[in-house]
Formats: sequence, C-alpha cells, structure tokens
Amino acid sequence: MMKCTEATQLLSEKMDRSLSSKEKINLGVHTAMCPACRQFGKQMLSLRKISQQYVNHKEGNN
Amino acid sequence: MTQALSRSNEQTNAQLFHDTEFMESLRAQMIKFAVLQVRNDALAEDAVQEAMISAYQNIERFNRQAALKTWVFAILKNKLIDILRKEKRYTSVSLLEEGAGRSDEALLEDLFNEKGHWQKDERPKKWDEPDHGLESQHFWRTFDVCLDALPAKYSRFFMMREFLELDTNEICDNEDVTVSNLNTTLFRARLRLRECLEDNWFQGEKNT
Repeated sequence: MMKCTEATQLLSEKMDRSLSSKEKINLGVHTAMCPACRQFGKQMLSLRKISQQYVNHKEGNN
Repeated sequence: MTQALSRSNEQTNAQLFHDTEFMESLRAQMIKFAVLQVRNDALAEDAVQEAMISAYQNIERFNRQAALKTWVFAILKNKLIDILRKEKRYTSVSLLEEGAGRSDEALLEDLFNEKGHWQKDERPKKWDEPDHGLESQHFWRTFDVCLDALPAKYSRFFMMREFLELDTNEICDNEDVTVSNLNTTLFRARLRLRECLEDNWFQGEKNT
C-alpha cells in the first residue's frame, strides 16, 4: 500500500495536473483507508480557495 | 440630483486617496507582493504605480477601502502576469538553489514516521468551516505570517499558482524550472502552509 508521504505528494499534484489511472486507483485505495490523508486532500482544496481570496477580504470590514 | 450625487461621491472617494496611512500601507503590501513575484524592484515599482494610476482614474467605482484594494490588486495581478510572461527566465539559477533543503527534511521527519505514515499528533484534522475567518483581519494576519515563514521560492511559486492562477506548464516555461522541481516545491509549500494554518488558526482558535 502507498505511504502517506506518497499519497500527500499526489494529493498536491492532483491540484496541478490530471493523475494517471493507476495513480488514481492507488490514491483512491489509500485515502479510503486513511482519514488523515483524506483530510489533507480536503485541505488542499481549502488552501486554493483561501489563496484566491487573498487581498479581496483582507482588511475588508471595519 | 444624480449629477450632484455623483460629484459628491467622487469627492468622498477621492478622500480614500488622501488617507495617507491607508494608502501607504496598501502601497507597501503591493510592492512586497510585486517584488516577490517579479524579483526586480524597478519592474515591481512600475507595476504598482500603473495599478495606482488606473485606480485613480476609476475613482467613482469604489466607496470603501476594501473595494479600492480589490481593484488595485486585480490590476496589479494582471500586470505581474504580463511581466512574468515577458521576462521569461528572469529567475536566476541561484534562486532555484534557495530554500531550506535541510529544514524540509526535518519537517518531513517531524510529520511522518520512518514507514512514511503520519505521526499520530501530526495527522491533519478536520477544518471546521474552512471558510470561517476569511472575512476577518485576524485570519489574514495569520495567513501572512504563515506565507512569510516559507522560503521565498516556495511562497513565490505557491502564490503564482494559487493566486495569480498560472498553470504549471506556464510557470515552468516562464521560469525555466522542470515540472518535477515545481511539483516538489508546490508540495512542500502546501505541506508547510497547511501545517502552519492548522496550528495557528484552525486548532489554535478553538482553544481561545
């Protein structure tokens, strides 16, 4: 089974390129069994969302 | 009435530009971001200057500091992308060597055990409402501190990808780095940034 170090790297790369079918399967199997990497994957999406709002809401109110 | 109103709006809006403290802090933030991205003080200054002029010319569009800020940064963003495209391979090779190789190894050892699995204490936790805080100054201060804590090369490429929204092929082409080098850099930047945000915002907040 894939290690968390490899899974997290792929979860990051998934933000930048399409993974191969083999990578997708291996990653899918890993994250199905590893809640920590599952969270990591969600956080990658959150990081993107947050970064895109950089500036926009900075010192926005008050 | 509309004419009088728009005149008075214009005057109110112009006052934004006369708030020296606000304008200087805005300018400083823009310069800092521009210099990080284009790595050249003169080009950065010019881009910021042009963004400011364009904002001044469209002064009737914004009535709040936040609106002005969003506007100038949107312009700046486009100017920086133009510069990055034009000044290909502006990045010196030495920049690629920059960044903390050793401390990366240390970070990986802290986060993962010898089998390559998460250390128990370091497992990513659920971020309750990841949107929560995006409206608050406190959150963005934390984000800035975390971004500043990254090696310059990491924060530069991370923001190029996630804020300027350039795709990786374009970054590799502009900066003359390999895809695998960029992937590794982005991975390490994200790994550190999420760690820092989790420790200082998503977890820390609950305890206060």
